[in-house]
Amino acid sequence: MAEQDWKTSKRTFAAVSLPTLFWVVLFFLVPMAIVWLYSFGENRGLTEIEFSGTLDNYKRATEWLYLTIFGKSFAVAALVTLICLIVGFPVAMAITFASEKWRPWLLLGIMLPFWTNLLIRTYALMMLLGTQGFANKGLGALWEGTSWIKTLVGLQPLPTWEPVQLLFNNFAVVFGLVYVHLPFMVLPLYAALDRLDRSLIEASLDLGAGHFRTIMRIVVPLAAPGIIAGVMITLIPALGAYLTPDLMGGTDSQMIANVIERQFKKANDWPFGAALSFLLIYAMFILIAIQSMRKKVPEVR
Amino acid sequence: MALFARAPIAPLEYSRTLWMRLWVGAVMVFLYAPLVVLMIFSFNDSKRNVVWRGFTTKYYEKALGNDQLVEALINSLTIAALATLASLVLGTLAAVMLWRFRFPWKGAIDGTISLPIIVPEICLGVAFLMFFAAVGWPTDLIWPFNLGAITIAHITFCFPFVTMVVRSRLATFNREQEEAAKDLGASEAQVFRDVLIPHIKPALVAGALLAFTLSLDDFVITYFTSGPDTITFPVKVYSMVRFSVTPEVNAASTLLIILTVVLTFIALKAQGVKAIAETH
Repeated sequence: MAEQDWKTSKRTFAAVSLPTLFWVVLFFLVPMAIVWLYSFGENRGLTEIEFSGTLDNYKRATEWLYLTIFGKSFAVAALVTLICLIVGFPVAMAITFASEKWRPWLLLGIMLPFWTNLLIRTYALMMLLGTQGFANKGLGALWEGTSWIKTLVGLQPLPTWEPVQLLFNNFAVVFGLVYVHLPFMVLPLYAALDRLDRSLIEASLDLGAGHFRTIMRIVVPLAAPGIIAGVMITLIPALGAYLTPDLMGGTDSQMIANVIERQFKKANDWPFGAALSFLLIYAMFILIAIQSMRKKVPEVR
Repeated sequence: MALFARAPIAPLEYSRTLWMRLWVGAVMVFLYAPLVVLMIFSFNDSKRNVVWRGFTTKYYEKALGNDQLVEALINSLTIAALATLASLVLGTLAAVMLWRFRFPWKGAIDGTISLPIIVPEICLGVAFLMFFAAVGWPTDLIWPFNLGAITIAHITFCFPFVTMVVRSRLATFNREQEEAAKDLGASEAQVFRDVLIPHIKPALVAGALLAFTLSLDDFVITYFTSGPDTITFPVKVYSMVRFSVTPEVNAASTLLIILTVVLTFIALKAQGVKAIAETH
């Protein structure tokens, strides 16, 4: 059924549209516009800021230091997304093909961490990964075991176990981001796989393709829109992540959000922070534009 | 248990194959082990969180006796409740507007409404910091008015999620029901209240749950919008984690995890697992 033209019932349209439009303009567009204006300003004294229309903030953002941080943020976000996809895809498959009785519970199992407080989950992971944590103890036990087996077959035992630094480095950031974002990936993948026509998979198997080949040649191309949605839903928040690199990263694992935060708290350079914020937003827009360009390619059905 | 399957596994029963089970099991352990360890160690009678030294509930007493922590939790729950209510109203109105009407600039308005979902939290946070500084928002109001700035920020990023959920539910609405109601003499408001709202109720429950948890979860935006004297639970926990890892944080976290689980189960009782799952 077609949509109603707004002119046919102006009063109803006003009732449903004005509150939302008012809110979006006042509490979203105006704040964003302020950031945008600031990004062309300069610091004059401690609190004074002059909107001189300068491009210096953007020029400074193209310095090598900030370019490498942007590049590193992209690399980390891309790696996290890839790991989430590899880990999450089989889980989404398992949920799709689970029995009616189990499917909702498996879904709930994925969604419950998604609803749990991000900070608490990060903290829980930090506890586990610390030098005295269980992850290190488990690795230590494995090490001792290997050492013992080696002595058993008459080889030199391994040197004594030294706890490894699992926290406050780049590994911890990637690990933490995967932990936090895995549910983001699984849910859209499941939504796409659930809509799949199963007879196509059966046909492929009947015609002699193996399971792996069927998945790569039939399931993945058909679920491509869902895979792309999952990639975007994981990549975008991972790129703007603040908490995980801040708490779990070391001095060299800062991501772009941490640099932005520093401009507003410690460095007190609001115009530069505003410029970096807008560069991050532009990066998001470019990613989304790439995605929607892909959508225009006619779907093969 | 079907772990030792008696019936042969059919080709499409991927979830019954052993390696799939192991994979899903490993992922579930990965997702839940940290949380379970955190909850167990909240009962640990040791200052440092590494070795088990016996059962105690003293860290719960300590957490509940920590006035700042309790105040932060009350603040967070108040903000989440207010933001959820406002988001439900705004989100539903926006969804109805986009679903029902054709109007100029529709694509642009639609895009703008969902923009807060896409814009990174950190950018939204600094935008609110600058906005409230620019308008000179007072920071010395009495409770609960001192939570105004944070609540406004939370509504902005929560309501687009409600719009999204309600809109997908509206797509399944049969307009003939609306026409029938009007033929029988119902006014616009009556149609909205008695026909449309009952239809989108599952989406409202799911949307409310989503908005509430998003608000309760938020650290970054709150970190930038909160004044010097207003503190929320994530902000308080953040400063506690920064300084030291103590069982008190574990106790407070456990309480919040339990709250999340209880809320989820209330929503499940109201709607069933399937309905909640489908809205995602």
